Amino acid sequence: MADIIKASQQKLDVLDNVARSGDRRTFLKWAGATVALFTVAGAAGCSDDDTTTNPGTGATLTNDDFGVLNYAYALEQLEAAFYTKVVASTGTGLSADEMKIMTDIRDHEIAHRDFFKAALTTKAIGSLEVDFSSIDFTKRDQILAAAKTFEDLGVSAYNGAGKLLQDANFLLIAGKIVSVEARHAATIRDLINPKNAGIGFAGDDVVDAMGLDMAKNPSVVLAAAKTYIKTSITNNLP
Amino acid sequence: MNMNENLFDAIDPEITEKVISRRNVLRGAGLMGAGLVLASVPATFALLSNSAFGKQNTPQDVTTVLNFALTLEYLEEEFYQRAITASGLIADAAEKAVFTQIHKHEAAHVAFLKGALGSAAVAKPTFDFTAGGAFPDPFTAGNYQTFLALSQAFEDTGVRAYKGQAGNLISDKATLTAALQIHSVEARHAAEVRRIRGLKGWITGSDPGAGIPPQAAAVYAGEQVTSQLNIQIAGSSAAASEAFDEPLTMEQVLAIAGLFIA
Repeated sequence: MADIIKASQQKLDVLDNVARSGDRRTFLKWAGATVALFTVAGAAGCSDDDTTTNPGTGATLTNDDFGVLNYAYALEQLEAAFYTKVVASTGTGLSADEMKIMTDIRDHEIAHRDFFKAALTTKAIGSLEVDFSSIDFTKRDQILAAAKTFEDLGVSAYNGAGKLLQDANFLLIAGKIVSVEARHAATIRDLINPKNAGIGFAGDDVVDAMGLDMAKNPSVVLAAAKTYIKTSITNNLP
Repeated sequence: MNMNENLFDAIDPEITEKVISRRNVLRGAGLMGAGLVLASVPATFALLSNSAFGKQNTPQDVTTVLNFALTLEYLEEEFYQRAITASGLIADAAEKAVFTQIHKHEAAHVAFLKGALGSAAVAKPTFDFTAGGAFPDPFTAGNYQTFLALSQAFEDTGVRAYKGQAGNLISDKATLTAALQIHSVEARHAAEVRRIRGLKGWITGSDPGAGIPPQAAAVYAGEQVTSQLNIQIAGSSAAASEAFDEPLTMEQVLAIAGLFIA
């Protein structure tokens, strides 16, 4: 136990020093206190490399705010890679207007991805290797169906992750992103089924009888996303 | 708080006064021009009992947050109920189906929040969707564009309103999750209404989009930011602002919603 407390104190000191190094690092300072508290409590993962950049051997999501942020970073990496591939593809069957929408969404997902990378600094997981071999990028229907899957999954992921965040600043950031993902989801659904009540922008398949959108735990979301991610992710979140 | 009171009785008097002040300014500058007679301050605003609830800069308790949400949902539910039953307003059958679906969700949100609040639920206010004559009646046949513009403004405001309250629910995980689940539904609505109006589903800068009256500028104020937690967001300023929706405080939202409470 003494070792654990000592290790967590060292970690807190490190994070505190990082935090003092500039305004941009206030992010880490907030999270630092959370990580330290969590470690003192004796829960899993008290070593300093519990969330590390291991591009070769996979990524680990710790059961704390860093883990949740890295989880979001992983999903944004997936989305950014998908739309980057869509926009770079020819013969997709998408109209010029639809391709403009794809380009907008690509830019948003890249903005999200790069934000998390910059915010997490040394705590960020590595770049994920994606696998889109199940998607035919010459077929409009397949592209839009995959986009719908990613966006609805993203909405449910952020909705389910909110309760896992300890820090209100991170919660607000997640809130700022999830509504944009929901705007994407509605737009993609509207391209597939225009102006449709039951299966369109906010269809009965995603919004329940209480008017609530889906909320899913990381383990459920990661299982669904597994088809598209080659990198092994060790998940310690619920 | 009980069913005889509305939200403005339960929150900070300073907020209520600012809402009244702003509303009167807006009405004075309304589309009706100089001939507009300012509505008298409604009794509900005048009943400024000292509130047991905290000020805006301190965390609001869960009941206040839920009653705030309920008031917005009351507004949206009645707005769509009146629109889908109005004669000759929504000519396009598919668009009528869209607004019927949106109404279904808003009605479900009202029921959900009333159920969560029980006897602590605020009463439904009386709404005036012309904002005291500032806008044409949005339910009159021929005024569909006014209806659409207000719908967009209400949905985009709703998104910002729920976002602004998430932090106040951080200790109540079940309520937080439900609020997030409503929040993203409002964002889906907003995107669809924006697309019906010929706009992108997302907000660029602080641009309300064509056809939104200048009084609605507050709905989009502050959406233009391009840095988050002091990190400059990658890409063009348009993309950087679109990629993150911004919150509004309870006070800011009530200044907007209060325009439509008679």
